[in-house]
Amino acid sequence: MTTKVGVVVFPGSNCEQDVVEAVDTVGGSGQLLWHKDTCLGDVDAVVLPGGFAHGDYLRTGAMARFSPIMGAVERFARDGGPVVGICNGFQILTEAQLLPGALYKNRGLKFLCQPAVLRVESMDSVLTRGLSIGDELQIPINHFEGNFICSEQVLEQLRDKNQIVFTYRDNPNGATADIAGICNENGNVVGMMPHPERAAHPLLGSTDGALLLKGLISSD
Amino acid sequence: MNEPLHRSLGLTDEEAEAIEKILNRPPNHLELAMYAVMWSEHCSYKSSRLHLRRLPTEAPWVLVGPGENAGVVDVGDGIAAAIRIESHNHPSAIEPYQGAATGVGGILRDIFTMGARPIAVMDSLRFGRPDDPRSRWIAEGVVSGISGYGNAVGVPTVGGETVFDKTYSGNPLVNVLCLGLMPADRLVLGQASGEGNLAVLLGASTGRDGIGGVSVLASASFGDEEEEAEKRPSVQVGDPFEEKRLIEACLALLDAGLVVGIQDLGGAGLTCATSETASRGGAGMDVDVAAVPRREPGMEPFEVLTSESQERMLAIVSPDGLDDVLAICDRWDVQASVVGRVTEGGLLRVRDGADGEVLAELPAASLHEDAPLYDRPRRPPPDWEDFKTDTAEQLPPPENVAADLLAMLTDPSWVYHQYDHMLFCNTVVGPGGDATVLRLKHPAAGADTGRGLALTADGNHRWCAVDPRAGTAMTVAEAVLNLACVGARPLALVNCLNFGNPEHPEVMWQFSEAVDGMAEACDAFGIPVVGGNVSLYNESNGHNIDPTPVIGLLGVIDSLTRIPPGLAWSEGDRVIVLGEGSAELSGSLWAASTAGHKRGRLPGLDYEQHRRVAGLVAGLVADDRLSAVHDVSSGGLGVALAEMAAVSGVGFRGARIHNHGELFGEAPSRAVAAVDPELLPEVEAAAAATGVTVARIGLAAGDRFSIKGLLDLDMSAITDRWRSAMSDSNGQAQ
Repeated sequence: MTTKVGVVVFPGSNCEQDVVEAVDTVGGSGQLLWHKDTCLGDVDAVVLPGGFAHGDYLRTGAMARFSPIMGAVERFARDGGPVVGICNGFQILTEAQLLPGALYKNRGLKFLCQPAVLRVESMDSVLTRGLSIGDELQIPINHFEGNFICSEQVLEQLRDKNQIVFTYRDNPNGATADIAGICNENGNVVGMMPHPERAAHPLLGSTDGALLLKGLISSD
Repeated sequence: MNEPLHRSLGLTDEEAEAIEKILNRPPNHLELAMYAVMWSEHCSYKSSRLHLRRLPTEAPWVLVGPGENAGVVDVGDGIAAAIRIESHNHPSAIEPYQGAATGVGGILRDIFTMGARPIAVMDSLRFGRPDDPRSRWIAEGVVSGISGYGNAVGVPTVGGETVFDKTYSGNPLVNVLCLGLMPADRLVLGQASGEGNLAVLLGASTGRDGIGGVSVLASASFGDEEEEAEKRPSVQVGDPFEEKRLIEACLALLDAGLVVGIQDLGGAGLTCATSETASRGGAGMDVDVAAVPRREPGMEPFEVLTSESQERMLAIVSPDGLDDVLAICDRWDVQASVVGRVTEGGLLRVRDGADGEVLAELPAASLHEDAPLYDRPRRPPPDWEDFKTDTAEQLPPPENVAADLLAMLTDPSWVYHQYDHMLFCNTVVGPGGDATVLRLKHPAAGADTGRGLALTADGNHRWCAVDPRAGTAMTVAEAVLNLACVGARPLALVNCLNFGNPEHPEVMWQFSEAVDGMAEACDAFGIPVVGGNVSLYNESNGHNIDPTPVIGLLGVIDSLTRIPPGLAWSEGDRVIVLGEGSAELSGSLWAASTAGHKRGRLPGLDYEQHRRVAGLVAGLVADDRLSAVHDVSSGGLGVALAEMAAVSGVGFRGARIHNHGELFGEAPSRAVAAVDPELLPEVEAAAAATGVTVARIGLAAGDRFSIKGLLDLDMSAITDRWRSAMSDSNGQAQ
């Protein structure tokens, strides 16, 4: 059965079609969900895509976590449903406290859109089940606030519980412990700054992102 | 304070008289303000229209030519592409961040006004020397503004150019190009027709920002800094989130077929949008100024009518569809208010209340069609003949060729890493290459056509300073070759003509010559001009900028099955030059940067030869015969080779480049190619078959960059200088 992936559209989101297209490419079925809705329908997984939800004039993600659909997303996540936040989606997940930590402005105080090399650090997340620790993936970043930060305690917990999913090979933004993506304790909620949907077609220079999305649609 | 009102609004005495003649009575303040903005240089093209008529604009695939909000061409598979370029030079000089940001916002609206979804932005940027703090401030602000607005509004910035030169120190150039796609059957024009239809204002509230922007700011020259500070309130402030919602709401309205016509509000605000839609539709309009949502109380009607507040659109809808229109706007949290009604008879009437007092009444078409048309005096510079004999070949040769080469290298990635250039997953070749390549997907169905679009923005003020006519033709030729380097053939051209003060006869001469050069080249290459923008009065403290026509060229790639070769060569590749060599230096970056020399005579451009080289290169790229390819332009062969080495991290061992003229000359119709040794005979045979000269000049190898008898550098010297040139000058650590 085809895995249905709901991609939430907030006003200001802009990567939603790209995610739908990439999910479809790897054999899933992407469909858009509207932020004002209060239920998720019959989707098997949820993606919060990149963009600037509600303009992000406040702290990134701070408004989006109050969009009506977020109640349903939280329930779905707590029930073990796969939820992935990409870029702005990661920021929203931290604001919604579905993931720990926060995303600060990049160390260089500039927006950065460029290729990045990620190292897989955990196979316990819904994105990385099919991969091996130490695998290197080429997946681009595109953010101003991607500098992951958390307390020492949280960092220790992330390490202990195997919640660091990806690190950068060459840390572009100053993120604590080179962290590019993390998951919750169960591994069903994942946040990552790089954009897997932008590395899912041979003409885009890398198809490594497709490996992650394949993991998502076969994660039941 | 005794100055007559029309003059303080930027109208001449003759223009004021003409207005009185049209109305058969003296205009009131509001009417005068409306004419002043619409008859400004920026809106009316009164100094340039006469000349622009000489450009070729037709081809079977052109759906909409110049004069509309954007040009539209048929790109096959039921897809139409809308394209436009516009300048935001003056606002960016005064408030770089907002000036550039609103430049992006404005050009996007021009594209989705046509019914197309904007899919790509390009910026052509020119600043003063980076060692001047004010120019650095402007450059940083402009780049941040494009990044801040473009990224948030969700349209990728896929390429462009960044040039630093003293000629722009008081007057930067910020030219923004936008490309959009739509199903070919969904073309919308900015028309108001059907008596009783409603004009609905969508988007932001109207404030006091940008009042008189087109007349005060864009149509006059700059003086001192104090004067600039006074003009700052005429710069608008952008809100990319508002624009993003406006894009989605407008495209949804068009999808639902609820719109008769739609028009963006840009320069001259509501006055322009209401009068333009009415006169295009052969109708009139009653506008209720009281119904316009305002950002602040106490605004005068003339302020509401001429405000350039951003992120607003005017949709013409039938009364039956109004509820559906309002529902779609509500979904996207876009404010929508009925502010007018289409009428018969061609009069634009401004009222205070739907049936309230008439505040202004004038023929809508008179704001456009009766705008003045000037044939301003033109003449070449008095020393034009001597100018041509003062060639750069007479300059003393370099003391250190290597040092001169290094000084010309710049990696622009500091700029484009700040732009989201990957959104929509179309970008096969992004910024930094000869041309950008985008996958062509169907805008409604999303299906990949297996074909590609290529886009390049080019300008060269040094060439045009030496000879505006030949320089402009060479600029078009360079763009054609840029497209060939990614395997594309040209389809349509848009231009942004940046010149100085048109009241100076030498500037008007430059302008006229440039138009002729562009017309000649476009005719020769069979490329239609589908749109343009003219920016005059690029003058500060009495100094006119070098003539700078910037062109955007759109092309197609008939089969996009692999990533084009790009600039990076591999160890062991043979390096060749396709096209005839030359040692002419006039107009070159070398002459300008080492000696400030911008005189002489440009190397000749042979259109037939150029077509052959471009055709050969495009064919070799399509057949996957090249490992790398790069056109020869600014900085000549030397810079082309050094850039290829820097990008690939592999050195170069060269010979048969005999002197600095051959190394730095910028004669057109040449490309450097790197070829696998096994494929070299085949490539040379293909060149011979098309009558193109091939010269073997070296080998891609090792960690040194050397040319026998001229220079020998460690590769690290090349890459260090290349990488740090721009970030160092901007005080950035990367």
